[in-house]
Amino acid sequence: MTFSPRLAVSKAYVLAEMETRKLLHDPTELISRAVQPILWLGIFGEALSKTRTLSTPGLSYLQFIAPGILTQSVVFVAIFYGLYVIMDRDTGVLQKLLVTPTPRISLVWGKMAAAGVRGLSQAIIVYLFATVLGIHLRVTPLTVGGVVVIVILGGSFFTGLSMIVAAIVKTRERFMGIGQVITLPLFFASSAIYPISIMPGWLQRVSNVNPLSYMVDALRALMLDTPGRVGLDMAVLAAAALAISLVSAWFYPKVVM
Amino acid sequence: MAAPQPIIQVDRLVKRFGDLAAVDDISFRVEAGEIFAFLGPNGAGKSTTIKMLITLLRPTSGAARIAGFDLERQAAAVRKSIGYVPQMISVDGTLTAYENLMLMARLYEIPRAERAERARDMLAILGMESHRDALVRTFSGGMIRKIEVGQAMLHRPRALLLDEPTTGLDPVARQNIWERLFDLRGKFNTTIFFSTHNMEEADDVSDRVAVMNRGKIAATGTCEELKAQTGKPDATLEDAFLFFTGNKLQESGDFREIRRMRRTMRRLG
Repeated sequence: MTFSPRLAVSKAYVLAEMETRKLLHDPTELISRAVQPILWLGIFGEALSKTRTLSTPGLSYLQFIAPGILTQSVVFVAIFYGLYVIMDRDTGVLQKLLVTPTPRISLVWGKMAAAGVRGLSQAIIVYLFATVLGIHLRVTPLTVGGVVVIVILGGSFFTGLSMIVAAIVKTRERFMGIGQVITLPLFFASSAIYPISIMPGWLQRVSNVNPLSYMVDALRALMLDTPGRVGLDMAVLAAAALAISLVSAWFYPKVVM
Repeated sequence: MAAPQPIIQVDRLVKRFGDLAAVDDISFRVEAGEIFAFLGPNGAGKSTTIKMLITLLRPTSGAARIAGFDLERQAAAVRKSIGYVPQMISVDGTLTAYENLMLMARLYEIPRAERAERARDMLAILGMESHRDALVRTFSGGMIRKIEVGQAMLHRPRALLLDEPTTGLDPVARQNIWERLFDLRGKFNTTIFFSTHNMEEADDVSDRVAVMNRGKIAATGTCEELKAQTGKPDATLEDAFLFFTGNKLQESGDFREIRRMRRTMRRLG
């Protein structure tokens, strides 16, 4: 059978649609996920903005971290999404999907898109809560559209990474541990909650290759009126997401073995 | 006309994991329309064999054809020709019965115009029309299995493979599942291949059985043929099983298997 990109995309869409329907049937997941960005903005952000120790020229500290907190929430959803692959393996859902005539890449893209949708719900929370706190964010059709694209691309990349980890470690206990180990360093080695300029040189170099930094950079440029390289960030994230989806599709069936 | 082609034909199939030959040179055939039971103690190689037949595991050597398609060279065609019901619960509890069916209808590329009708017909055959829009996690074990059978049969496969389809079900639910499977076979002439630990069940429903032990096929034939080979006049299939395997039946699986099963139950609530 020859590979049909159209079929692969349409099957990925079916899988993502079903994952999204699950959210509609049981939205508790959305509500519990909203807690994290609210705490970071409402408590951590408020507290640190009082100290005025971090220099964020032209922006209030809360403005500065809002895109960082959005990035962090999206990455958090995505990086633990691989857990669903392990759950699907444990229940037999995965075996059943693998036996259908569905290209492996569709299974990966479906999960990526589903995590992207969950990431968008986090974006809505951040925008809403920012309004509550009186944080001024730029809202135009173009910038919001850009945020949607970045959230989906960034969420996809980290979901792909997470699925590879899931295929390697295979049990949820090990996966949870590794999820924590990956998330925090990525978060701290980025400009999410402080400017890169205050980091030591070696950490700045790490930050420059950290995919999370590209997300923060693009979201900050879009949500605030700061200079940024949105086009470059999008291109890097899109290429990284596509590359990791190919690797992930190769690893994916191994989770059942 | 040529002799009818077997639906499943396994020739000298081998699967090694390192030094261990989990499946050690087995051959058998399943004819069109048969109900074929695959028996054997835990660790005999049944699951490994099934994983190969459903294209999830590549054989080390040997070959198998399903509906005429080669397992390795025509895996995509094999996948379209089979339906598979795993032992573990494989429906999505947070989706409705109808959504679970439509998911498979779309993944199996059933034309858009036919999907809804096939899903409705399937719910009717399964006697579950009134549960169409209920979330599957509210269902009993027997109802869940019926939806899973429905999912695997929507695309009208030539062969339906079921891994311990009735383990953990009460006798009424078990009988109900088999009645539906007989209906489906009558309607679509599906060949049914299933593994089980329950000798009574195998004796009741199957046309022929194969007994697997330590990676080898210890015996194949009708239940009557196997019983006769024990030499005892009133042998049961259980006696035959012991005769060919020298093993006592173990109802429960290993630790890992039990843990998985419990988690599944918990997840579905």
